[in-house]
Amino acid sequence: MSAAAEPVAREWQRYSCGERIARFVVYLTLVAAVVLSVRSVEVIPEFILDAPEQVADLLKRMWPPDAASYPQEIHQALLDSMHIATVGTVLGVLMALPFGFLAARNVTPWPWLNWMARLVLIATRSVNTLVFALFFVAVFGPGALAGTLAIAFHSIGFIGRLFSEALENTSPGPIEALRAAGAPGVSVISFGYWPQVVPAFWSLVLFRWDINVRESIVLGLVGAGGVGMVLDNAMNLFLWGRVAMVLIAILAVVVLAEVAVTYIRKKIL
Amino acid sequence: MAAVSIRGLAKAYVPGKPVLSGITLDIAADGITAIIGPSGTGKSTLIRCINRLVEPSAGEIIFEGQNLVTLNRAALRSARRQIGMVFQEYNLVERLTVMENVLSGRLGYVPPWKAWLRRFPPEDVREAFALLDTVGLAAHAHARADALSGGQRQRVGIARALMQRPRLLLADEPTSSLDPKTSVEIMTLLRDLTAARGIPAIVNIHNVELAKRFAARIVGMSGGAVVFDGAPASLTDAHLKQIYGGHGEKGWLDGE
Repeated sequence: MSAAAEPVAREWQRYSCGERIARFVVYLTLVAAVVLSVRSVEVIPEFILDAPEQVADLLKRMWPPDAASYPQEIHQALLDSMHIATVGTVLGVLMALPFGFLAARNVTPWPWLNWMARLVLIATRSVNTLVFALFFVAVFGPGALAGTLAIAFHSIGFIGRLFSEALENTSPGPIEALRAAGAPGVSVISFGYWPQVVPAFWSLVLFRWDINVRESIVLGLVGAGGVGMVLDNAMNLFLWGRVAMVLIAILAVVVLAEVAVTYIRKKIL
Repeated sequence: MAAVSIRGLAKAYVPGKPVLSGITLDIAADGITAIIGPSGTGKSTLIRCINRLVEPSAGEIIFEGQNLVTLNRAALRSARRQIGMVFQEYNLVERLTVMENVLSGRLGYVPPWKAWLRRFPPEDVREAFALLDTVGLAAHAHARADALSGGQRQRVGIARALMQRPRLLLADEPTSSLDPKTSVEIMTLLRDLTAARGIPAIVNIHNVELAKRFAARIVGMSGGAVVFDGAPASLTDAHLKQIYGGHGEKGWLDGE
């Protein structure tokens, strides 16, 4: 080989000198950020040392869970929460679909419309469900309606965004073929785009429903109906056995929802 | 009487870099016109300018007495219903059935809500079954398109295009994704079905042998312009060298 005539320097380093300095600066910044954050949190050492004792005490008071309270109060509230999650998801889907189509650049070839739809999706997603719930409780009073609307509005951004991404990932070939056959826009959507996004659509609806089941439980804390209200009441009245029962019921429902969604998604995809 | 008259057709995707420069062609009212030429020479662009999947930069395309280039959206849509198209990658909707794909050739005529409910006119359904018989896929009518082989998919593509009852058929590299035997079958189908219906066809193809065997006329393109136009028998090796650029690779044509 001719390379032997001119030996190349065989020193090797993973990072150049500049890169090493840059990495050092990044690490230093991270450490400084952590130190600053910890200081602003104002940790009180006594409370931390005390924590295991407090937790043990709480658990002791929670035991045994108040099973009798389940049929009396918790069951109905839990069903309410599920209804809030389900109806909220359906409403959210109905409101999200138009924005999803408008936000997809290949379906809607007008950038200003894409931009407006995206703005709506970002806005609804960035406002937390609890904030929506506070707002709707103020408008409609406490109860399931406020919770349902809060779930629906917050879901728009999530569903719409993922749906528009699924639309943008569709294969353009079949669309072109339908356009070439003189199909009107609505038929291009129903025959060309829709069949391609159906699996993604159901998958993300189920996924969102799963999230909404968990969110609907918390909503009761701000008076928006469901099992969260029972939990809030029980804690205010120091009924720790009932609190434990609510927590167990919630855990069971969340696990069941997760299992159901995983099973159905596997069947669809 | 020409089925399509192309006059001074030009297309530049990037200003100043024309892909097509001043194409003028008359397509006869029947038979297959094969367009041959090296990759990137504008064959596909030419065929897509005809039904305006690609917008031409200049020139006119006269079809059925109107200039396709200047049509507005609604008029273009009704003109497109008269022009069937077959694609290299078949472009079927994979998750729909074979029958739905064939019937989608009627979408230009069926109101969207009826199409959504799959309520196509009975005579369309009858014709779709007849076409599936002709292309030998009647047994697969209810299968999903993604369950078919490449050759079968292209047969569905042809059935879909003919379902439009078109006055012109465009085929953009219809055999390029297929093996040699299937390619011959597909070209035979295209020739026989268009001949039986008296539909002229414009077929982009880079296989010169297939072009010679199936076309009534061959148009050779090079660098965005027509450099040969005539009967398959009059296409000589000298012409092929002119089309494909014979310099530098001596004997690539005769060496095979």
